[in-house]
Amino acid sequence: MPKVRVASVWFSGCSGCHMSFLDLDERLLELATKVEFVYSPIVDIKEYPDDVDVLLVEGAIGNSEQRHLLTEMRRKTKILVAFGDCAVTGNVPSLRNPILREEVLRTVYGEGEVPGLEEGEVPQLLPQALPLHAIVTVDRFLPGCPPPADRIWVFLQGLLAGKRPELTGADLRFG
Amino acid sequence: MTQGVPLREIKVPVTRIEGHGLITVELNRAGKVSRARFHVTEGRGFERFCRGRTLWEMPALTARICGICPVSHLLCSAKAGDAILAVRPPRAADKLRRLMNLGQYVQSHALSFFHLSSPDLLLGWDSDPKTRNVFGLAAADPQLALNGIRLRAYGQEIISSLGERRVHPAWAVPGGVRAPLTAEARDRLAAKLPEAMRIAQDALALYEKSVPGWAEEVRSFGDFPSLFMSLVGEDGAWEHHGGRIRFVDADRAIVADGLDPARYPEYIGEAVEGWSYLKFPYFQEAGYPDGLYRVGPLARLNCCDRIGTPLADEALARFRATADGKAVTSSFHYHYARLIEIVAALERIGLYLEDPEILSPRVRAEAGVNEQEGVGVHEAPRGTLFHHYWVNEDGVLERVNLIVSTGHNNLAMNRTVTQIAHHYLDGQKITEGLLNRLEGGIRAYDPCLSCSVHAAGQMPLRVVLLGPDGEILDEVVRAA
Repeated sequence: MPKVRVASVWFSGCSGCHMSFLDLDERLLELATKVEFVYSPIVDIKEYPDDVDVLLVEGAIGNSEQRHLLTEMRRKTKILVAFGDCAVTGNVPSLRNPILREEVLRTVYGEGEVPGLEEGEVPQLLPQALPLHAIVTVDRFLPGCPPPADRIWVFLQGLLAGKRPELTGADLRFG
Repeated sequence: MTQGVPLREIKVPVTRIEGHGLITVELNRAGKVSRARFHVTEGRGFERFCRGRTLWEMPALTARICGICPVSHLLCSAKAGDAILAVRPPRAADKLRRLMNLGQYVQSHALSFFHLSSPDLLLGWDSDPKTRNVFGLAAADPQLALNGIRLRAYGQEIISSLGERRVHPAWAVPGGVRAPLTAEARDRLAAKLPEAMRIAQDALALYEKSVPGWAEEVRSFGDFPSLFMSLVGEDGAWEHHGGRIRFVDADRAIVADGLDPARYPEYIGEAVEGWSYLKFPYFQEAGYPDGLYRVGPLARLNCCDRIGTPLADEALARFRATADGKAVTSSFHYHYARLIEIVAALERIGLYLEDPEILSPRVRAEAGVNEQEGVGVHEAPRGTLFHHYWVNEDGVLERVNLIVSTGHNNLAMNRTVTQIAHHYLDGQKITEGLLNRLEGGIRAYDPCLSCSVHAAGQMPLRVVLLGPDGEILDEVVRAA
């Protein structure tokens, strides 16, 4: 059986969901026998490939580059998963949403040259940090801040079996 | 862009580090490197949106700055809260906070060495990028990869034994911690300690045996004289959760000592550049950008008089012997320092697990808001972390300043990228392996760009080679 082509990416988040993924511990080695990691912060492939079966997206969408990449990735992906609360709801990064972008940046960086105010050498901060479904179609939602490793495992087992993963009870919790 | 010059671009998303960034390398007419910069490309604005939240929320909220070292922000925030409550946490709470932080050193340092950097170190900088990752490592050396997983898991288990979860435990609070350690958890952790120690010592021995083969990288991955900053104990020993600030120079001579962490604005300045979301702290006396200093494992080992536990002190003596007793100045040896710190952390964990006071139920000092300003300082795995809060009489945040570990190293990371570019790219045919060394230089710092507060997310560390007129030269795209 060919390996399932899995990718992961983190956008505006804390990387905690990826750390929770690594908390699969020894199960990572078992997973590696069934899937191929074709793109991820923990591997060295730099270009998002075509024909990705499953993409785990951690984080909200906070800047112009992330919005662009998410759209590109969606196009090349069969099943796109909102991985963790920031991707599902916007969560902590969206706490800045009621505040004007310029005020956020001026408070952090002062009155001089400020990164992110305009499109420049670094991407422009979007006016609001958005959950994924505000920008693209999301196929599956995996909540948690972060989702605990056991929840990730149940979810992935379902996906790899070609089923719609059924999360129940405590596995549906945010936070 | 110059007319008629073919536009070619090198994109090297830097993977196997934590966050989003970009390296740009500029060449002069002779094809020599004129400037190289490391940009951080995302920001979230914590210092603004934390205004209006309450002091009590801050440990759990700021933990979300970083999922790799959430414990650092949790503990540093709780310490800033201690200052605002004007209380000293009970002794057992201080020990438990330290125990959790040591667990974090183990997991975070293990992640850096085994999961992120050992593919370069052990499979080679020039090895196939398709397999140059932890899974490729598992195929080449299953036992080593398994060791890395188990060592990291041990650190995570210490954290979850105290805080009920591995990532983002809501456990430390202003005044202490929420829950004590149970005897069962202590016994379980003590039983697993010998295996963790064996793995850590094996990794350290492997590094020491292999380092002659990395001589060129040691010389070029950020080897330059600089200042180093860390907390040290009142007695000058290695410290991670208390003590005072010390600066040493490249001769390991003390430049400043006994500095009150709460008065950091008197000796640390913060510069902003429009080309990076990450600020540039500097030692004020030397000005910007000459006041470059480094923090983290390398700095902690250069700053302290001794570590204070036998195995770690033996390793420290070997470490220092590589620099004739002066400061170890190559950032490549952050890896070395990290492995020594894992041993140090495990030795101290062993001491705490033998200490009967660790089971005391008295772990929280209750108080209200007694001061309107407080600073917490702490050594995160990657270096010194400051949380500075101003609150109103109800404990609602009015202003927040955070200086994160990776920020202190911003100037040094830029200098390192420049040195590697000069060494490997000047007049060279650019290869994937050479570009991976640029990334490797950044990886040595184990930068936490999630932590950079002003920075987060996926790390497409794009390398752009610019010609003298700003045109983009050459293109090496890593094949997927």
